[in-house]
Amino acid sequence: MDRREIKSNFLTTTVESAVNWARKNSLWPMPFGTACCGVELMAVLAARSDIARFGAEAIRFSPRQSDLLIVAGRITIKMMPVLQRIYQQMPEPKWVISMGACASSGGVFDTYSVIQGIDQFIPVDIYIPGCPPRPEGILDGLIKLQKLIEKEKFSDYSLPNSS
Amino acid sequence: MTVDTMKQIETEKMVINFGPSHPATHGTLRIILELDGEKVLKATPEIGYLHSGFEKLGEHLDYNQYITITDRMNYLSPLCNNVAYALSAEKLMDIEVPKRAQYIRVLMCELSRIADHLLAVGMQAVDLGAMTVFLYGFRLREDIYDLFEMATGTRLTTSYTRVGGLMRDLPEGFDKAVLQLLPNVVNVVDDIETLLNKNRIWHQRTKGVGVITKEDAISYGISGPQARASGIDWDIREKEPYSRYDDFDFDVIIGLNGDVFDRYLVRMEEIRQSIKICYQTLDKMPEGEVNIDADSGYILPPMDEVYNSIEGLIYHFENIMPNRGMEPPIGEAYVPTESPNGELGFYIVSDGTRTPYRVRTRPPSLINYSIFSKIIEGHMIADVVAILGSLNIIAGELDR
Amino acid sequence: MFLQNLITKVTEQFSDSILDTTEFRGETVLHIKGECVLEVLEVLKSEGFHFLADLTAVDNLEMGGFERYSVVYHLLNHGNGERLVVKAYVPENNPNLPSVESLWKTADWQEREVYDLFGITFDGHPNLIRIMNPDDFKGHPLRKDYPRIGKGERKDFPIVERNIGTKIGRSES
Repeated sequence: MDRREIKSNFLTTTVESAVNWARKNSLWPMPFGTACCGVELMAVLAARSDIARFGAEAIRFSPRQSDLLIVAGRITIKMMPVLQRIYQQMPEPKWVISMGACASSGGVFDTYSVIQGIDQFIPVDIYIPGCPPRPEGILDGLIKLQKLIEKEKFSDYSLPNSS
Repeated sequence: MTVDTMKQIETEKMVINFGPSHPATHGTLRIILELDGEKVLKATPEIGYLHSGFEKLGEHLDYNQYITITDRMNYLSPLCNNVAYALSAEKLMDIEVPKRAQYIRVLMCELSRIADHLLAVGMQAVDLGAMTVFLYGFRLREDIYDLFEMATGTRLTTSYTRVGGLMRDLPEGFDKAVLQLLPNVVNVVDDIETLLNKNRIWHQRTKGVGVITKEDAISYGISGPQARASGIDWDIREKEPYSRYDDFDFDVIIGLNGDVFDRYLVRMEEIRQSIKICYQTLDKMPEGEVNIDADSGYILPPMDEVYNSIEGLIYHFENIMPNRGMEPPIGEAYVPTESPNGELGFYIVSDGTRTPYRVRTRPPSLINYSIFSKIIEGHMIADVVAILGSLNIIAGELDR
Repeated sequence: MFLQNLITKVTEQFSDSILDTTEFRGETVLHIKGECVLEVLEVLKSEGFHFLADLTAVDNLEMGGFERYSVVYHLLNHGNGERLVVKAYVPENNPNLPSVESLWKTADWQEREVYDLFGITFDGHPNLIRIMNPDDFKGHPLRKDYPRIGKGERKDFPIVERNIGTKIGRSES
């Protein structure tokens, strides 16, 4: 194999960026749709917005098979333990999108039973504003998350005892 | 395998948990199923996973503010909720909205009904493995969303009505857009019916499944297409017309068997009737104002007046300042309306202040869902999703 | 006319228990004592009001009324399309009245809801447990003396962290 052939057939990169590239383009979302946002999430999956263009169309309703938790809708005091359980069941690496005003801050529901922002109790990576967000907004949130993943380092995932 | 042959196989009783996060529950339902093999012995639905205190919130928001909350109740057809709430509040305050506003409300309700039924059928089909129906239905739903966006500014949470009228008149070219859409609806409905009506799998999964008898339907308070599929001739649009539904000519669709298949048929036929009503509203649409007079103290004056005249500014502030605003009489009102899911009404109790004393929603989803544990008994586990889909339970309205 | 006659008949039959009959915006409301609700509704049901459209409650703490709570029954007659509202009053110290679950199955869940949100108990109900709030919820949120933002229930959860190390450099983006 001569030099020229090597030049046109090989690509040099770091393992890190190759892995991140693969991860960001094949997110498997677990839609935790509880309310109105769930309907807009359906709209993103359907023909017009088509989330498949961003590699995230493989919806998995089992937390053990997915790496992106999309919390779409208000989370109540009865639902919060369920959400935490589902989050804990997801394997690493995992990311969380808090979609819409209700999941992010309680939205208009400042009442006794609505959690005023899920980020008080589980880690959240991306917040999507809107009540509910438009499909374009959801796609924008997804792209933002992809950019986050792009920059991740393996050392971020150090095991608790190693650092 | 039929239930009879299943009887011969002795198995241990098994309890499984279905939901609250499950793809076929479309929200946050949880059912605890007791199974014998694949046969459901007992189903105990557990609800409340989306209980967000709507009714408590209603006691702290004024009459117009609460309209935004009603959007988030049945989020498949928010306009029907807006209209139902506005009607109750208007009855309480003894307001008669202009004819044009009433016709626009009818048009919006019927478009919502089309969108709701399409999604209900689509989701039911997707649960039974027919993904195409969902995609067809949702593509059309997007077009209807475009219309809503044109008129109200948002896709889903419309908040279009106001006590005493509408947020604003229809935009220019709206009627043309509707006329352009309606033939498309017919095409999609035809397509869906071609896919399903003579589909053997669809028949076997839906016929004779989840039968609601007429007596049960009355005892359990079932309403809407679910009740009509069981042969109850009760459509509030026809029997207790609100918002001038009596000006329009349409048929009430009645089923015979009350099974999942009949509920599907009733929904599809109701879409066709809704198309008929939409054409009539556009034909008969009167000219004129969509709001009652601003002097009445119930409605905000037009923005133009607020910025350019002192009276307008005073009216505006009178309406929105704390401790001011509309002063309804002491009393209570309930207006039943025919939402896509059944009888929807708001029971408003007023103590004479600017916020309602109590706002109760008559939630069709909750009441229709209560029959579930009865009709699922003896069915196979795969029928759970078929029946759930046909009842069209919306968690936001179920739990409020 | 049908409604008038029926109300006259019921008022005569239960003269001790009927507190008042009012009408507002064309809606007739029959105010009765809580303990006799089953008998009155049974008569109304046999006279044609065979559909219980809605069952709810109102806390009269601030507005006043015959008693602290009223349980509201919306009845519908499919035959002639008439509607009737029945309000049954129960006192604050003993909010209890008979269940109408034996007349209408739909009362099952709705009475559970009233029990959950108002703390009114129903005699003869087969399964009177909370329906909306979690089982360990304290208090009844739709009572007027319950604060809208609750008593700290919504803050009472453990904080879940990522179960694999900490992530450094996340905030840089």
